[in-house]
Amino acid sequence: MASATASSGGRASLRGRASLSGRKLNAVTIGDIVIIIIITLLCMTCILPFIHLAAKSVSSNTAVLSKKVFLWPKGFTLSAYQAIFRDGQLTRSMFYSVEVTVLFTIIGMIATTCAAYPLSVKRLRGRSAFSLIILFTLYFTAGLIPEYLLLQQLGILNTMWALVLPLAFSPYNMLIMKSFLEATIPDSLEEAAFLDGANHFQILLKIILPLSKPILATLSLFYAVGRWNAYADAKYYITKKALQPIQYMLYNMILNSSSDAISLSESAAATSTPEVLQSATVMFATLPIICIYPFVQKYFVKGVMIGAVKG
Amino acid sequence: MNEAIKPDTLLKRTLRVLSRDWQLYFLLLLPLAFVVVFKYAAYPGLRIAFLDYKPARGFEGSPFVGFDIFQKIFKDADFLKALRNSLTFNFLDLLVGFPLPIVLAIMLNEIRFKTFKRVSQTILYLPHFLSWVIVASVAYALFKPESGLVNILLVNLGFIDSGIPFLTEKWHWAVSYLLIGVWQGLGWGTIIYLAAITGISSELYEAATVDGAGRLGRIWHVTLPGIRPTMVTLLIMNLGRITGSNFERLDSLANVQVTEFQYQLAIYTYQKGLAGGNFSRATAVGLFQSAVGFLLVLAADRVSKKLGESGLI
Repeated sequence: MASATASSGGRASLRGRASLSGRKLNAVTIGDIVIIIIITLLCMTCILPFIHLAAKSVSSNTAVLSKKVFLWPKGFTLSAYQAIFRDGQLTRSMFYSVEVTVLFTIIGMIATTCAAYPLSVKRLRGRSAFSLIILFTLYFTAGLIPEYLLLQQLGILNTMWALVLPLAFSPYNMLIMKSFLEATIPDSLEEAAFLDGANHFQILLKIILPLSKPILATLSLFYAVGRWNAYADAKYYITKKALQPIQYMLYNMILNSSSDAISLSESAAATSTPEVLQSATVMFATLPIICIYPFVQKYFVKGVMIGAVKG
Repeated sequence: MNEAIKPDTLLKRTLRVLSRDWQLYFLLLLPLAFVVVFKYAAYPGLRIAFLDYKPARGFEGSPFVGFDIFQKIFKDADFLKALRNSLTFNFLDLLVGFPLPIVLAIMLNEIRFKTFKRVSQTILYLPHFLSWVIVASVAYALFKPESGLVNILLVNLGFIDSGIPFLTEKWHWAVSYLLIGVWQGLGWGTIIYLAAITGISSELYEAATVDGAGRLGRIWHVTLPGIRPTMVTLLIMNLGRITGSNFERLDSLANVQVTEFQYQLAIYTYQKGLAGGNFSRATAVGLFQSAVGFLLVLAADRVSKKLGESGLI
């Protein structure tokens, strides 16, 4: 213990010296400026398109049609958003998607924790065999048709469960959580609790989970975003319109020109041009992510950093 | 060690392990149930690739045809086109998309202004969290020949007379498809390298500085060797995906003008199989993809271990 403190103190002083000498040696160089310019440009490619779309979505039809809207709205109006809410289709689909996403995330997190904790306990017999069974499915998938037929046999095609269950447990996320637990929670801590008479359930609930908040937040975000964004499985497994998640509805409205699901555009065409309405629709579906993202962001960098070190 | 233990003590030991750790095994039941019910239970369905399968006949009623289906797909012009497109585009994806996150991670690591670094990282990760539907919708809003923002700006500035069909002509589409894909994964791809870079001891940088290495020298002699194991791991994992493609990326950027290049294996499987009802053919193609990916991962892992790297498995 004493030697550990000494060595970490030693490293800290080394770091201090390194940064001191670094500051002396490198004033802002051409290299710094080039890097900052490149990264600023890259950041702009990530933000400007959305500002453009947001501006379009609250602009008047004439301004958009005459191609005058760039990054700032012209002829401010909320009529496109009003049309979306009046139509109700997208808002209904949004609530349904929230429901599916929440359910998916809860189930996924429970299953992931149930796998990651036992597999991080080094003395568990058969640990590598269980890991292999779970991870094999990452590298060898049965493919679209066998999975479709399986869901048909299970009788969950065209139900909400087709969107919730098949992908709810992600071996990849389990791997991240397992590495996190192995890297952050010392065996001795868990061993000591065990000797004190705590059972594994208590250890998991009272020690492991409270210490794993960054990874729990990170993986919840991964599960939620993954579910919220995906539409391929809805395209494969869901034909009932009422059970389509918002992304698939969006896909049908904006990208799939051959589909019959453009009813919103038709009913709302009187008030907004497709252009404005499409922008508003995209913003409507993007906003939940953009709102949640900054808050969870600070957790996931930490969580992934630690979990990914030996991924 | 195990041979030395007599059967009765082995039994006793097993019982002791079970009485001590049964709760851990109990916890494992749920995730194991998930992989067994939703993954392993699908593997028997792979036998469709060797049957002349019709949904109405079921598994039992469909005659066994051996490797006939595989022979057929390798004579199928559509399959060959899809295979060619998949391999070409995935190779290009790897060529462009693999090194760029490394370059960006090194650049981010070189930034000494903490706030700028944090904010730019937050922004650069964002595209990863947006769906392909949204990315594609935004792409169309920017790149349509008539009404796309980029084209309007280029015309207004006098660089071009009429809009460039970035997404509606196959060669332009090929470039756009690649760049949009790279852009979407670029920022997120840096995280794992940044994590690896933080693991490099600062003493190595000090020693390099003392030896007279400049910034580029430190990157070349310290940072790059430090993240080499991560690079190898990711390269191996990416090789496994060389025949697969992201269905949503292809599907959401699709339009009739670009099917020549957009027609890849993921699209083939969907169109022939689920939409077209030719289940045997789609399953055979899926099996081919999985097998090739799996073998490539194993081979790459073997090669990297031969070369003295840590490998994946």
